[in-house]
Amino acid sequence: MNATIVAGRVARPTAPRTRRLLALARSEVLLLVRNRTALVNAVLLPVGFVALFAVLGGVGGDGTPGPAVAAGVLATLLVVALMFVVYYNLTTAYVARREDRVLQRLLTGSTTRVEALLAPALPAVVVTLVQLVLGYAAVSVVIEPPGTANPLLVVVAALGGAAVLGALAAATAGFSRTVESVQLTTLPVIVLILPFAGLFPTPEGGVIGAVARCTPLRPVTELMALGLTGTDVDGQTLTFVETFGAAVLPIAVLAVWTVLGVLAARRWMRWAPRR
Amino acid sequence: MTYEPIVSVRGARRRYGRFEAVRGVDLDVRRGELLALLGTNGAGKTSLVELVEGLAPADAGQVRVLGHDPYRERARVVGGLGVMLQEAGFSPDLTTAETMRMWAGTLARPRPVEDVLDDLNLTARADVRVGSLSGGERRRLDLALAILGSPELLVMDEPTTGLDPESRRAVWRLVRGLLEDGVTVLLTTHYLQEAEELADRIAIMRAGRVVRQGTVAETVAAEPARIEFVPHDGAGARLLLTAADLPSLPGLVGAAVDRGRVRLQSTTLQQDLEAVLNWARERGMRLEELEARSASLEQAFLSLAEDADVDEEVAA
Repeated sequence: MNATIVAGRVARPTAPRTRRLLALARSEVLLLVRNRTALVNAVLLPVGFVALFAVLGGVGGDGTPGPAVAAGVLATLLVVALMFVVYYNLTTAYVARREDRVLQRLLTGSTTRVEALLAPALPAVVVTLVQLVLGYAAVSVVIEPPGTANPLLVVVAALGGAAVLGALAAATAGFSRTVESVQLTTLPVIVLILPFAGLFPTPEGGVIGAVARCTPLRPVTELMALGLTGTDVDGQTLTFVETFGAAVLPIAVLAVWTVLGVLAARRWMRWAPRR
Repeated sequence: MTYEPIVSVRGARRRYGRFEAVRGVDLDVRRGELLALLGTNGAGKTSLVELVEGLAPADAGQVRVLGHDPYRERARVVGGLGVMLQEAGFSPDLTTAETMRMWAGTLARPRPVEDVLDDLNLTARADVRVGSLSGGERRRLDLALAILGSPELLVMDEPTTGLDPESRRAVWRLVRGLLEDGVTVLLTTHYLQEAEELADRIAIMRAGRVVRQGTVAETVAAEPARIEFVPHDGAGARLLLTAADLPSLPGLVGAAVDRGRVRLQSTTLQQDLEAVLNWARERGMRLEELEARSASLEQAFLSLAEDADVDEEVAA
C-alpha cells in the first residue's frame, strides 16, 4: 500500500488480454451448452441443412465428379454454419447479454468493447471450424475426398466469413429489443445474402451475376471451391500457386464487407437496454 | 512526495441533450475515507458517479481518479477500481461460483473466490444459478464481484437498496472491514442512516450540484436545533399564544405557533432552552410535550431537498 501514495506512478495491472478473453469465452461456452435453442442451432442445424439440400438437390446424381460434389456439400455446411452458428446465435447472445445488463457490468471492469463482442464469437467460430473438420471427414467417407488444393483458402473462407457475419451480428443486435425479436431482425440479412451465396444456381454473368459475387457469403463458397478442388468460378482447375491469384477478388470482397460490418456495428450496437 | 486525493472532481458537468444532470461539481475523496453522496432521486448522483467510474466523459471540468483521467486513461485506473453499479446484471444461466470465476479471470490478482463468497455469506449458494437467487443475494454477488480484485477505490451506487435490514447491516460490517484495510469508498445512498453509520464525510447533491460537503457533524451543525412545547396555564388549560407572546431568545432563527403548539428554531440550544424554561416559570406556565433536540442529518437533508424544489421552479 505504501507504494501507492504517489497515485500516478503505480501500475494497476489487469489480467492479460488473452486470459481475460478466455475467461469470458469459457462462460460463453457454458451458456451455449445450457441454452437448448442455441445448441440445436449450433450443432444440429448445419448438419440437417446439408442432409436436406443433398436429398433435394439429388447430390451426385447428375454426373458431377465426386470431389466437386463433396466440396459443394462442405461449402453448404460452412455457409449454413456461418448463418446460424455465427450470425443468428451471436445476434441472440449479444442481445441477451445486453438485456441481462451483463455488457454494462463487463464494461465497468477491464473488458473492452471489442473483447465483450469477441468472447461469445470465440466458441461460435470454434464450433464452425470443428464442423468443417468433421464435415470433411464425413464427406470423404460418404462421397469422396473433396481435395486439398489450398487449405489456407479454406481457413480464410471460414474466418473471413465469421468476421463479416460476427460484425453484422453486433449491428443487428442494435436493432433487436429482445431475444425473441432476433428471429425477425436477422431475416433481412439471411434473405438478402443466402440466395447469392453460391449454393443455388444464379444467373452467371450480367448484372445479377456481378452483384452476386459481391455479396458477403459468395466469396466463402468461391474460396471453398478454390481451396478444396482448386476450381475457379469459370470451372477451370488451377494449380496451388494459381489459386492465390484467383483468391484475391473474393478475399477483397470479404475484407470490404468486414470493414462495412465493423462500421455498422460501431454505428448501431447498443450496450445497455433502452429504458 | 505529492499528496493527491484518490478522487478529485473539479467543475464537472454532464449533459444529456438539453438536460444538464451534473452542473459544475467539485468533490474530493481522500485516501482511506468513505464519502457518502446523498441526494433525492434525480439529483445527479448516478451521473456524477459514472464520471468517477470512467464510464462516461465529463462535458466540462476535470475528473481525476487514482491520479488519472478515468475515461481517457481508463486502462491505468481500472485495475485499482471496484465498481458496483445500481443495476448491472448477470447471465441467469451461470451459477454464482461460475460468475465469480469469470470475473476473476478479468482481474490481475483476484482474491480466492471461496474467500469472497464466504465474506458475502454466499458459500451455500455457490452452485445455484444466478437466475434462482433472491434480490438480496444478487446484490451481495454484485458486491462480491466489486471487491474480488482488492480494489484501492470502491465505488458503489446504492449498494443496499432492496436489502432487508439484516443483510444491510451485514454489508455495513463488510464495508467497515474494507475501510480498516485501507480501501477508499465512494457510495451513493438515500438511506440517511447508512450515511450516519458509515461515512467519514458526506456530500449532499441537489439539482446537479453538491450543496453541502463535510462530516456528518459539520453538515448538521449548519442546521438549527428545535424546541417544541404546548404551553398550559397553572390550572392545566391550554394557552393559545401568538408569536408576539414568545420570549426573545439570543439564538432564535424561527418561531411558529400552530394550534397552541410552539415550534422554535435555535442556533444556541442550551441558552435558549434555559431562557424558555425561565420564561415559563416566571409566568407559572406548564410546558406540555416539551421537546428539545439538536438537528439530525435527516432534518439537514430535508431542508436542503426542500430548497431544491424552489430552485427547480425558478429554473423552469
